[in-house]
Amino acid sequence: MELVQQLINGLSLGSIYALIALGYTMVYGIIKLINFAHGDIYMIGAFTGFYFATTADMSFIPTLILAMIVSVIFGVVIEKIAYKPLRNSPRITLLITAIGVSLLLENGMRYLVGPDPKSFPSLIDESSHTFFGLQISNIQLLTLGVSIFLMIALEFIVFKTKTGKAMRAASHDTEAASLMGINVDNTISFTFALGSALAGAAGVLVALAWTTIDPYMGIMPGLKAFVAAVLGGIGSIPGALIGGILIGITETFSKSFEMTSRLSDAITFSILIIILLVKPAGLLGKVTREKV
Amino acid sequence: MKRKLFVGALAFSLVASSLVGCGKKEEEGAESKEIKIGMFGPLSGPVSTYGQSVKEGIELAEKEVNAAGGIDGNKVKLVFEDDQANPNQAINAFNKLVDKEKVVAIIGGVTSGATSAAAPKATQKNIPMLTPTATEPSVTEVGGDFMFRACYLDSFQGKTMARYAANELGKKTAAVLYNVGDDYSKGIAQSFKEKFESEGGKVVEYMSYNKDDKDFNAQLTKIKGANPDVLLLPDYYNVVGVIAKQAKTLGLNAQLLGVDGWDSSELTKIAGDALEGAVFVNHYYQGDEAKEVSDFVAAYEKAYGKKPDALAALGYDAAKTMFKAIDDADTTDGKKVREALAKVEYPGVTGKLSFDENRNAVKSATILKVVGDKYELDTKVDPE
Repeated sequence: MELVQQLINGLSLGSIYALIALGYTMVYGIIKLINFAHGDIYMIGAFTGFYFATTADMSFIPTLILAMIVSVIFGVVIEKIAYKPLRNSPRITLLITAIGVSLLLENGMRYLVGPDPKSFPSLIDESSHTFFGLQISNIQLLTLGVSIFLMIALEFIVFKTKTGKAMRAASHDTEAASLMGINVDNTISFTFALGSALAGAAGVLVALAWTTIDPYMGIMPGLKAFVAAVLGGIGSIPGALIGGILIGITETFSKSFEMTSRLSDAITFSILIIILLVKPAGLLGKVTREKV
Repeated sequence: MKRKLFVGALAFSLVASSLVGCGKKEEEGAESKEIKIGMFGPLSGPVSTYGQSVKEGIELAEKEVNAAGGIDGNKVKLVFEDDQANPNQAINAFNKLVDKEKVVAIIGGVTSGATSAAAPKATQKNIPMLTPTATEPSVTEVGGDFMFRACYLDSFQGKTMARYAANELGKKTAAVLYNVGDDYSKGIAQSFKEKFESEGGKVVEYMSYNKDDKDFNAQLTKIKGANPDVLLLPDYYNVVGVIAKQAKTLGLNAQLLGVDGWDSSELTKIAGDALEGAVFVNHYYQGDEAKEVSDFVAAYEKAYGKKPDALAALGYDAAKTMFKAIDDADTTDGKKVREALAKVEYPGVTGKLSFDENRNAVKSATILKVVGDKYELDTKVDPE
């Protein structure tokens, strides 16, 4: 029974990682950039939610939507200001810029709100339900529900709409796509917007479940989501989902044993190393040759 | 060119006059000396609230002693330096206080790391140094003969909680969930486990988490499976609040036990009602009716318009203890003040204070119970 309970804990943690990992993987798929500022967009989402919920007394759904919108604005503006001018620079320049943006967001937020953790208002009365001896809280259920809903919406956008088609085309071959009349700049912005919306939503969900938020809250989940994206195969959307869930479950199980509990982060990150050694393309990633 | 010369001359005359000023003051000192005491701590940076609280407590003590005519008729002057909780800055602050400001004693540092860094210099320079709040055990060891501590050690908190749980509450099984990335948390967890087992109890789960973890469902599910009577959460309020909330959601019914890191007005805001009835060790209780405490709380509220936290109380006690030692020694000579400090007995806000042979405080601990969003005094535990 405890095993099933831990599986549920892992699933709800993993769905958060999956939401963040999706943003990593989509951006990587299209411009081959590991957007290290992505974890901080998640932090921005949580803080936006915090301010809407505390100052305007909003309920859960509007808070979530506004947090997603503000995250989208941040994501798109960052792309336009920081990454777009470097589109034709070497990839390492972009990567370093991403790290710079990440530091700017963290410390800028720290400057604005101070380093003390803030307690997120409980937008939803927490209650827990017992099914066959298993405890599931309504927030866990909500996290799972919202994550699944957003992932289905994403699947729909990417595979059933024209913009999604443009995204897939641009990710396949940017140059050819632009020759076919696809506005690559807009498509890239749209990809950042989608990823940021998911990260913003994850921020609010996490803030609800874990109560405290601070300017550095995005670092660890961001890194773990990155591992999840690599595990699933970076660039692959279903891969990010599977990767996120696997990382969540691995972390939960390693924490639940006294022996490995202190090593849970080490275990998570050694997965990254093992994957890079054994199957560099990840579980669902395609092996691509560098175009010369 | 002329202008430059003028500025240079001005600067020179300023320096000269300030030097003259210093000289004069020292001469005057023969009749009514000003006693300079230094303080360093994190007055800015991420843990600045700790430094500010201690500073406020010390300033209150300074005001009170000067209002009462100073020490043997000599006014006390406090000099504050910021170390941002950084060991290197702490050494700079110490040097500045001793070499430039010529302080006769130091109250500080506030955080353990910074204090440990500066502590050995206290003994080298024969400057008695008293930390109000550094709880890390080795601080007085590395500091040597001139380094004293006005608060109890981390291990004392763990032992006190273990004795309280085993004897006062009569509990048999315990679980511990501690922060493996923090010496404070680890130290308390370990001393609790040893003491609880030697008192005849059993520690059924001894789990840990990492520094930045926010999801504790895995460990709590495991702990729930073992069904302990009590659960010790030795960490700061921001983490404990989150753990308590998740524990409640999972349906964990153990009595929660805590430590001084819980003391914050944010604690129940984060935890909601998940900590109702939980007990924790603290340095003092704001609502204590003992005269020392109620006088201090009233004076502090008058001066700063808020209730003093434990750090302010410890800062106040440390300052008052140092004043008493200088008074007892009848001199500001470092060695004599040190001797007086080693023998001092001071009835402080945070309990009756004296020092053991390792220059650590011997004092009683207060156990508080969380009721609503307030704390109530549960009991006081004397050292063994």
